[in-house]
Amino acid sequence: MSEQTTDTPPEQLLRISLRVNGVTRTASAPARRLLSDFLRHDLGLTGTHVGCEHGVCGACTVLVDGQPVRACLMFAVSAQRHEVTTIEGIGNDPENLSPVQQAFTECHALQCGFCTPGFVTTITAYLEDNPDPTPEQAREAISGNLCRCTGYQNIVSAVCRAAEIRRDRSDRTEIDQLVDLGTPDGEGGSRA
Amino acid sequence: MSTRQFGERVQRREDPRLLTGNGRYLDDLGLGALSAAFVRSPHAHARIVDIDIDDAWEVDGVEAIYTWEDLTGRVAEPLPVLIPHPALTHPRTGYCLAKDEVNHVGEAVVMVIARDRYLAEDAAQRIRVTYESLPVVVGVEAARAAQTLVHDDAPGNIAAHLLQEVGDVTAAMEAAPNTLTIDLEIERSACMPMEGKGVFARWDADEGSLRIYSSTQTSTGVRAAVAAKLGMPLAKVECIAPDVGGGFGVKIMHPWPEEVLVPWAARLLGRDVKWTEDRREHFISSSHERGQLQQVTVGFDDDGHLLALDVQFWHDNGAYTPYGIIVPIITATQLLGPYKPGAYRVEFWSLFTNTVLVTPYRGAGRPQGCYAMERTMDAVAAHLGIDRAEVRARNFIQPEEMPYDHGLMFQDGRPLKYDSGDFPASLAKLKALVGWDDFAAYREEAAAQGRRVGLGIGCYVEGTGVGPYEGGHVHVETSGRVNVATGLTTQGQGHQTVLAQIVADELGVRIEDVHVTTGDTRRMAYAVGTFASRGAVMSGNAVALAAKAVRAKALRIAADALEVSADDLQIEDGVISVKGAPGTSIALSTVAVLSNPLRYAFDESSKAATQFAGTFDPDKPPVADDEEPGLEGQDFYSPTQATFANGMHAAIVETDPVTAEIRILRYCVIHDCGVMINPMIVEGQVHGGVAQGVGGALYERMAYDESGQLLNASFMDFLMPYASEVPHVETDHLETPSPLNPLGLKGAGEAGTIPVTAVIASAIEDAEGFPVRSMPISPSELWELRRMHAQSPVPVPAQEGSR
Ligand code: FES
Ligand code: FES
Repeated sequence: MSEQTTDTPPEQLLRISLRVNGVTRTASAPARRLLSDFLRHDLGLTGTHVGCEHGVCGACTVLVDGQPVRACLMFAVSAQRHEVTTIEGIGNDPENLSPVQQAFTECHALQCGFCTPGFVTTITAYLEDNPDPTPEQAREAISGNLCRCTGYQNIVSAVCRAAEIRRDRSDRTEIDQLVDLGTPDGEGGSRA
Repeated sequence: MSTRQFGERVQRREDPRLLTGNGRYLDDLGLGALSAAFVRSPHAHARIVDIDIDDAWEVDGVEAIYTWEDLTGRVAEPLPVLIPHPALTHPRTGYCLAKDEVNHVGEAVVMVIARDRYLAEDAAQRIRVTYESLPVVVGVEAARAAQTLVHDDAPGNIAAHLLQEVGDVTAAMEAAPNTLTIDLEIERSACMPMEGKGVFARWDADEGSLRIYSSTQTSTGVRAAVAAKLGMPLAKVECIAPDVGGGFGVKIMHPWPEEVLVPWAARLLGRDVKWTEDRREHFISSSHERGQLQQVTVGFDDDGHLLALDVQFWHDNGAYTPYGIIVPIITATQLLGPYKPGAYRVEFWSLFTNTVLVTPYRGAGRPQGCYAMERTMDAVAAHLGIDRAEVRARNFIQPEEMPYDHGLMFQDGRPLKYDSGDFPASLAKLKALVGWDDFAAYREEAAAQGRRVGLGIGCYVEGTGVGPYEGGHVHVETSGRVNVATGLTTQGQGHQTVLAQIVADELGVRIEDVHVTTGDTRRMAYAVGTFASRGAVMSGNAVALAAKAVRAKALRIAADALEVSADDLQIEDGVISVKGAPGTSIALSTVAVLSNPLRYAFDESSKAATQFAGTFDPDKPPVADDEEPGLEGQDFYSPTQATFANGMHAAIVETDPVTAEIRILRYCVIHDCGVMINPMIVEGQVHGGVAQGVGGALYERMAYDESGQLLNASFMDFLMPYASEVPHVETDHLETPSPLNPLGLKGAGEAGTIPVTAVIASAIEDAEGFPVRSMPISPSELWELRRMHAQSPVPVPAQEGSR
């Protein structure tokens, strides 16, 4: 155990501004504040979970400029000028689930739900690049995230099901857009 | 006609909230609360000589620092022995903060409270504790040898010693034509829920009351323990389990020191205080399970029928015994599985070591028991050259022998008596599912390609749904919304869905209208907790009874209003109507209005229940003598004994002939938990259980060095299976309803985990042709075993001969 005797001066706080889920959010925090803690405790976005705080479990996964990133391995300051998407940005309305969220409930791909936001963000980004994965590819896509509850096979199914729902909805969005041309106050399409 | 919910694959009602980041887990609560951090012992066994906290106070934002000396009243006393047992002759528990001595790395010594966790940890790092180290005991063998003692006043390191015997084992063994003695070993693992533990406490100075949120499997237990420790009236303490990110057993242990200290500090400081465990803390200060050494001696006839079974095992209980000896008792009784053992004697020693304490982890002693029994079955089959499934079948308890009393005492102090099950039918299903009879051909095919494959099997019986009781409360609002409360907690098992399914059917309402609350002592003060696969059995039956009571009351009131007999009424989709005359009806929500005679009309619907509405008999009191206002009811379910679920698993593994890499090619499960409320959720429980079992069989172990340091206390080093390691699980079900409860349920929470270690050992043994006696097994260990057996002229190790 190392001994420390020097007094630490009160910690310097920085004004940290992030674009989170399309909105600029600002809060004061020290330079060492992890992005995960900043999102959860400074911005109140508690959907991002922390399971290990050493980059192994994937529970804290958020999207930074669309790419999955472990929020526990990044300082909040270093996320400035980047676009952060948390689970809340993927879909915050229980009545209106995103394709991946919808697939998760259909396939019983969550139990306690603690790891789930990290899976949903990871899979959402994955499907952007690979909209039509095989079950084997789906398994590989999620193999960087730990879940202690589900045994994974329902999550694998959910990845494939989410791909289907995405396709379905984009078909429908096109139809909606056609319909919208005729009915100006028609409902907007679902988000991709 | 509304569809019946019970038995359907109903999508979970909790999912949309959890999927959208709207879950509320412990650390999501209490924004702005003060934060606690702990100085924990770096030594496995040491005397505390001095604690210097002066430097820590220099950190800006520190609010309080506490050592044992600062603790007051009963907070300063040792933690309770939660489950005493006469065989637990030397129970030992720690203190909330260590007093004089530490007995494992990670034991809490000082608590720091600061403005946030970063600052609390800064301060904790500046606290200097001087220790005088003491000799350390690590592992079962060292504990048994007792060269040094964990607790000076616990001779031989023995916390408990228990022997149970049915029949005359010595005589039966002597008379047996064949005997084998097998030495077995199984290592430590841990629950490792993705959410660690956590406590948040809020003191209300005006009320003199305390509200505790804990990531616990028993909020009533925590409430009672904290009230007792803090010397507060129970009525002034509330405990709520919010969304809980997995438990698997570790969160049933209570009170954890932090569950006492955080509320205590919150009251003292008059401030909200929160503690969220980090992953390293979880490894070194929560609990582990599984470590045992076992010796089985079995006597059997030439057909493989068991005549005598003599089991001794040594159980590592870690540094303290707050949860008693539940785990080894379960091993001792549940190892019998679906078999008739002939005469049976089991004897265990529960031993102290200077390591993290041991409390139930999913399966709770059963994986070890199943491992002992199933390794024995394989050994008997190998000795006689009989098919392994056949040897098992010859020893099965037959369906017509149910209920079957083993003559032993189970973990709940009640007889080990199986209520139902059809083991031959389960085995037939399993053999069909895995293709047991075709495996020889498959093996040959694989061998021709230079591949090595093996088939393993494991059978178990699981005592589930243990008492003493659970309660249910059902309340119909005037809007038609149905509120259901039960006191046991939820950690992802889907209670909000399955309990809603039960109530929807019993009451005759739409499932969308049913809302379930669990683990909130404000809503249901009487409860035990979620463990031992008891949630559905206990609370399921309790809410069914409560819903029945509400239904009867609703029919009574509706019968009056409609002027018909209650017997002629039915409830469907929340509407009470006359059978055969659906035109005459009244909504359940209206009945809820009528159930509560009102003086004031709060809204349109309540007008119907006011005193000038004219619907009442002026000669009767508005609330009859034997009635209560409101459409609600409460009931409790308390069984005479546990239910016994069962199952059988088989796996095909492939072992690499060069690298000894072990791969599970197929995993098949036959599962019988009685009647299924929601097969989708049951299967989910099985999948998750198997995944944890696979971890236990192949990856998870606690790597302690001889000084008691846990070398792999992170997810980087403690290997939990990812998607890439867990096989696809094929399941099939058998439903033998339990005769013990009205719904015919048995528990399903732990089934998946119990036999996996045994099954994988069996399959590897089958692939390799030599016995596997120590689990988990890594490729390097398998490689080492191969080398050993290649050198030995005799393929079978010395331990395994006739006596
Ligand atoms: S919490 Fe960030 S990876 Fe585990
Ligand atoms: S659902 Fe519980 S950890 Fe994944």
